[in-house]
Amino acid sequence: MANAITVILLFIIGIYCILVSHNLIRVLIGLEILIKAVTLLVIFCGYQTQNTALAQALVITIIVIEVVMMTVAAGVVVGIHRQNNSLDARNIRKLKG
Amino acid sequence: MLLELLILILLVSAGLWTVMTRSLLRSAMGLALASAILTIVMFRMNANIAGVFELSVCAGLIPVLFISVISLTQPMTFKEASDHMKERLHRFWGLPLIVVVLGVTLALVSFKYKVTPAAIQEGKPDVRFILWHLKQFDLLGQIIILFTGVFGVAILFKERNKRG
Amino acid sequence: MYALLVLVPFFSLLALNLPFRELNRRLAFGFAAILFLLQMGLVFIPDVYFWRVHLSFFANIFHFQLAADILSKVVLFCIGLVSLTALCVSRSLIKESEERFNFINIILLAVAGMNGVALAQDIFSLYVFLEITAVSSFILIAFEKDILGLESSFKYIVLSAVATVLMIAGIAILMFIAGSTNFSVIHSALLSQNRNLLLSLSIGLFLSALFIKAGLMPFHGWLPDAYTAAPAPVSIFLAGIVTKVAGVYCLIRIILSVIGFNDQLKGILLLVGAFSAIFGALSALTQSDFKRMLSYSSISQIGYIILGLGSGTALGVAGATLHIFNHAVFKSLLFVNSAAVESQTGSRDIDKMNGLAKQMPWTSLTSILGSLSCAGIPPLAGFWSKLVIIIALWLAGYKIYAVIAVLGSLLTLAYFLALQRKLFFAQPNDEFKNIKEAGFGLIFPAFFLAALIVGAGILSPWILSNFILGFNSLVGG
Repeated sequence: MANAITVILLFIIGIYCILVSHNLIRVLIGLEILIKAVTLLVIFCGYQTQNTALAQALVITIIVIEVVMMTVAAGVVVGIHRQNNSLDARNIRKLKG
Repeated sequence: MLLELLILILLVSAGLWTVMTRSLLRSAMGLALASAILTIVMFRMNANIAGVFELSVCAGLIPVLFISVISLTQPMTFKEASDHMKERLHRFWGLPLIVVVLGVTLALVSFKYKVTPAAIQEGKPDVRFILWHLKQFDLLGQIIILFTGVFGVAILFKERNKRG
Repeated sequence: MYALLVLVPFFSLLALNLPFRELNRRLAFGFAAILFLLQMGLVFIPDVYFWRVHLSFFANIFHFQLAADILSKVVLFCIGLVSLTALCVSRSLIKESEERFNFINIILLAVAGMNGVALAQDIFSLYVFLEITAVSSFILIAFEKDILGLESSFKYIVLSAVATVLMIAGIAILMFIAGSTNFSVIHSALLSQNRNLLLSLSIGLFLSALFIKAGLMPFHGWLPDAYTAAPAPVSIFLAGIVTKVAGVYCLIRIILSVIGFNDQLKGILLLVGAFSAIFGALSALTQSDFKRMLSYSSISQIGYIILGLGSGTALGVAGATLHIFNHAVFKSLLFVNSAAVESQTGSRDIDKMNGLAKQMPWTSLTSILGSLSCAGIPPLAGFWSKLVIIIALWLAGYKIYAVIAVLGSLLTLAYFLALQRKLFFAQPNDEFKNIKEAGFGLIFPAFFLAALIVGAGILSPWILSNFILGFNSLVGG
């Protein structure tokens, strides 16, 4: 039970960070916290059903994918900084949405 | 049980510190700390191999990645940072409040779910067996995505050519 | 044998990059084109010759559990078609050979990922290959490293990562309930469960993740930016197939193979679908940027697909699948046209450009066919799939939604007529007097796709009668 609450709390921290941050790197850090939360959830679900082996297999894959995604995201952030000389998310208003 | 609870509270506080702290470098450090605590949780849940991955990759590699990005993108001067701090505090003060209140409420409300989890497999297979025999397609996927990452880095980090 | 569809693009990528880079760079285009043509052809081969063959040495090395039904085959065909189109367009729009080589590499990776999504029989594999597709599209959007591309790529990364996280949470809960991530195991486990909070939570997480990936209306923020800011070949690729596979196909697959229909689910799908269909079309009416208008039109058409799915009958799902195909064809065609207009005039602003019909007759002609098919005008292919969706909605008793679908179709016609009138048929503007027709590289794919629209439209009665039968077993009760 405590694990589930931890997952929810980490989730809220991550989402809050993504929504409120003005710095692009901090948005990525918020995403990382979300992924931490969900990793904990997978391990917890595996532990509860005594299916840790499957859960570990999933978590290893998730970690590999997470690293690749973060690397590409870092590349994009560095690119934005080269063009804009700023990492302020408020400058991303050229896009209308 | 008390120890478990303590570790989880530590995990949440590490996450909170990561988000709230002033400097980006400390934030990256906080992420490493959160990962390390998560590794402890994993070890206590018998997920050793995944725990090792989490410790080496998430607590080691990703903060390094973040720190290199931070150093590539010229951090703010000290004065800017302290001005920024006040404004940040203004935006973030609500978060710890939400976290604490929600945490206590959820802990008091024990929501019941009537789920009969799956039948527990007998003769628990090893994680290596599962990865190799049941999840081989995912392994292929991992290899492909690693290559995607390699190409992505090759394209994105390359200096922009002149005509742009 | 299914595994070849993933393995061949991947190993050809490796082969292209290992030795003889100079030679490979010249061969890459033809090689990829042949690969995509083969993929399109494979779909029409009867089961016995390709799909059911198991090579014994192959099965000994790889333990993949893959399968393909009619839905996967339609999607595989679309993947081949749209990738081929994007490839042809890249030949004339990406000038530097180094860059074009990189583009082909990423396209090959994305195709491997999407084929994996189309064949996967396991929710976790679905997630892994979805992520391959997503990461390659992040790179593609930022391909030219201009500020707009980078920023919209970042926006897409954030929303897609949130969607991914929601999806893994859903997977974890389903794993908790069923003890496995295999489609059939979860499906039978869910049948024995009563409805409960946890189950609804996991389904809700899955749905919202896929709605974000598909760019449906309340979650559409990233889509118009990404389509507009990306380079022209990339927008063809993204609009034609990537979001269809990543969002819509996965949604249909998860609902058909894992969750199964129920009234609540149908209600949500119909509501979201109708909302996207109408508001996507309304937003498209107000746009003056060619590509942005097409992006909102995409949102509206995805709404149609979801409406068809929401009817919950075999007929509706068949209509939705047919509309995926039609949308891949006409939206690729329209994006090819927009690329032609942009490359010749250097602008995408509809209000500025007038009367291009005389200077660019072929582009004008094909874009008329594309927009009429999108609006659902009778002999063309788009009409039939919309008709099937509307009939399915009516028969399933959702008469209000059928009326909404017809209304959305009228709106589609309205904004495309406005577009055509301004762009091609108004009084010619002096500024654009010396515009010439786009080159062969842009006209050929446009003609090919336009021929496909007309051909599929004429053959539709035959296609429909053979096609819909395949869905009866798929939807089942």
